[in-house]
Amino acid sequence: MASSRNSLRSLARAPRRFYSGAPTPAAKLNLPIDYKTTPILHHTAASLSSTSEYPAGATSKRLNLYQAINSAMRTALSKSDRTIVFGEDVGFGGVFRCSMDLQTEFGSDRVFNTPLTEQGIAGFAIGAAAEGMKPIAEIQFADYVFPAFDQIVNEAAKFRYREGGTGINVGGLVIRMPCGAVGHGALYHSQSPESLFAHIPGLRVVMPRSPAQAKGLLLSSIFEHNDPVLFMEPKILYRAAVEYVPNEYYTIPLSKAEVIKPGKDLTIISYGQPLYLCSSAISAIEKTMPGVNVELIDLRTIYPWDRQTVINSVKKTGRAIVVHESMINYGVGAEVASTIQESAFLRLEAPVKRVAGWSTHTGLSYEQFILPDVARIYDAIKQTLEY
Amino acid sequence: MLISTKAKFFLPLGARRSTVTRLRAEQRGFAQVTGPETIPEENDRPFTIPLAEESFQTYNLDPPPYFVETTKNQLKQLYRDMIVIRRMELGADQLYKERKIRGFCHLSTGQEAVAVGIEHAISKEDKLITAYRSHGFTYMRGGTIRSIIGELLGCRDGIAHGKGGSMHMYSKSYFGGNGIVGANVPLRAGIALAQQYDETGNVTINLYGDGAANQGQVHEAFNMAKLWNLPVIFGCENNKYGMGTSDKRASAMTEYYKRGQYIPGLRIDGMDVLAVLTAVKHGRDFVKRGNGPLVYEYVTYRFAGHSMSDPGIAYRSRAELQKTRENDPLTNLKMKLVDWGIITEDEAKAIEKEVRRFVNEEVENAKQMPAPEASLDVLFEDIYVPGSEPSQRRGRTVDETWC
Repeated sequence: MASSRNSLRSLARAPRRFYSGAPTPAAKLNLPIDYKTTPILHHTAASLSSTSEYPAGATSKRLNLYQAINSAMRTALSKSDRTIVFGEDVGFGGVFRCSMDLQTEFGSDRVFNTPLTEQGIAGFAIGAAAEGMKPIAEIQFADYVFPAFDQIVNEAAKFRYREGGTGINVGGLVIRMPCGAVGHGALYHSQSPESLFAHIPGLRVVMPRSPAQAKGLLLSSIFEHNDPVLFMEPKILYRAAVEYVPNEYYTIPLSKAEVIKPGKDLTIISYGQPLYLCSSAISAIEKTMPGVNVELIDLRTIYPWDRQTVINSVKKTGRAIVVHESMINYGVGAEVASTIQESAFLRLEAPVKRVAGWSTHTGLSYEQFILPDVARIYDAIKQTLEY
Repeated sequence: MLISTKAKFFLPLGARRSTVTRLRAEQRGFAQVTGPETIPEENDRPFTIPLAEESFQTYNLDPPPYFVETTKNQLKQLYRDMIVIRRMELGADQLYKERKIRGFCHLSTGQEAVAVGIEHAISKEDKLITAYRSHGFTYMRGGTIRSIIGELLGCRDGIAHGKGGSMHMYSKSYFGGNGIVGANVPLRAGIALAQQYDETGNVTINLYGDGAANQGQVHEAFNMAKLWNLPVIFGCENNKYGMGTSDKRASAMTEYYKRGQYIPGLRIDGMDVLAVLTAVKHGRDFVKRGNGPLVYEYVTYRFAGHSMSDPGIAYRSRAELQKTRENDPLTNLKMKLVDWGIITEDEAKAIEKEVRRFVNEEVENAKQMPAPEASLDVLFEDIYVPGSEPSQRRGRTVDETWC
């Protein structure tokens, strides 16, 4: 009795807490993303099969992002017995369930747990790849990848460059890692370190926006390149993003951007989860400013990236904004903006804007204030159009 | 250096394991029959309590004495501290389930004897650093329960201003929990280097888990600590599971106290707070005499899952969990104290009741803490010189920015 009285009292007096996804009643733009209706995802099998990148006439199934990653790894393990999957707790499915049931299906000599030893995991994977294996190594969170940084930068990235005449490369090596903020991950479960890796020639850095994209890009990373790939999965999408995904083997080319919404007045370049925010901001601005038409480009591969698609678009629209979740300083936005001004300077009607995470750490209570949101993107579009 | 090793040490691996298991199961019974010879009336008068023979296993090190000098007051305090941590963790558990605590939350139920035993063996000037299972250590190092729970709730009045949450709490002589497995270990060796340089005469207690023991940087720290004779006690809190992977599946050699090779080591029954206390006191004296580092292994068990999202039963059997729960460090101590007539059942109940009231009150206080203020000063503090924050924020309404 006493305890229920206490809890009632505390409810009445409880201070109001704002976590991300909990908008104030006055919010018009920063509403939760409706993943069930967003145009970014294929909500019907028909819309999937009308897209040229996916195999025509394939059967498909509704999957979320972790199920799509699981499906891609299952496909890879079936396709080649050189494929192996390992990482911390991967044998039990991994913390995000991406490797569920794979150990049961393919055996513990192909799908296995490692000790907590990121540098070891990366080095081990690089060695295996050099001997022709196709290792898919999981780093449990992107925030944990830094002990492996030396192996990735000094060994994996330089392998093909330094091999002399031996022809050895570490193609087939994919280091997967969940990245990005979910609203309460704090300092070490929220980071997106893509720009750190995008600085290094010899690496490919990929971040898919959706389940169907993830499967195609992951299979491409495993089977179609002789470069090591860092495959970064926005972990907030693991369960949230659900769409139709082809059942069979297919690949989506790396280093090829995609125009996911054509437009004529302004180009937004983004990748990963912020694409959903961009999409919301675009539909809001197109409502409030009739006649405006914004183009949205998903980079998909962050490095080496598809400059041509971006430049072509900006030459057409004359205005560009780069949006990413990781910090603005020395981020992907800086590289993209610089390339745009080099290649499309005379066509620009406004400075290239960047909307990105602020240059600070992700404190537990402060995540929502640091990350780009719909209102900031909307504001940037408005300012760029009215420049 | 003297080598003193128990006979069972030389048994084949399988045989030794089963011996240890059997001895562990019998341990409480063993302890009950060997009580202290005389117990003084006065609460503050020192007397001696024997320790179970299975408390320690040594590696190139003389074992600590198999007795501990203590007082009734200290024994009661040890018991109270352990219950406080247990109640605090259960409070956090409840708040998490009520969805008031979000994000990552790692509970230390089952491991209380390690945090409490260590703190009672060191001084406030000694330094301590641990990994992400840090709530108990934070409390023992002087953090208040309300500031710990407040931190978990992400409040401004939390111990790290709501920036850190479960894994990142700091106080005087306490360098926090750490979210990166193994990263705290070399850092601690550096703290020990500073202590040596400043000739403070203090030691550094450096804790990590059995999972972290396989990180390369742990071994780099071992080498530097021995090379430069640093005053540090490395301590592997072996709770048997690195997340969902058991120590045997992750480690080629699970005798973590021998992992320093060239550093003497000690394995301690981490379910016995008196054994932990005695071992750390012994180690502290050893290190303070300039003998260089030690590698300790506190054999313990986590009753809860790895974190709140792990029910903790997918990778270990209910029978195993049940069996280890019978070796609860709180019950172990309470049974001894009652058996020896140091406290009565009623006194134990009274302590428990008082602790429950105290912790509940602290948790209530934490729940009343205000949410962080929505101001730029707070958001960019400790990063930018005040006034130099990003100008891109100008011209935005409060509603747009803070919703």
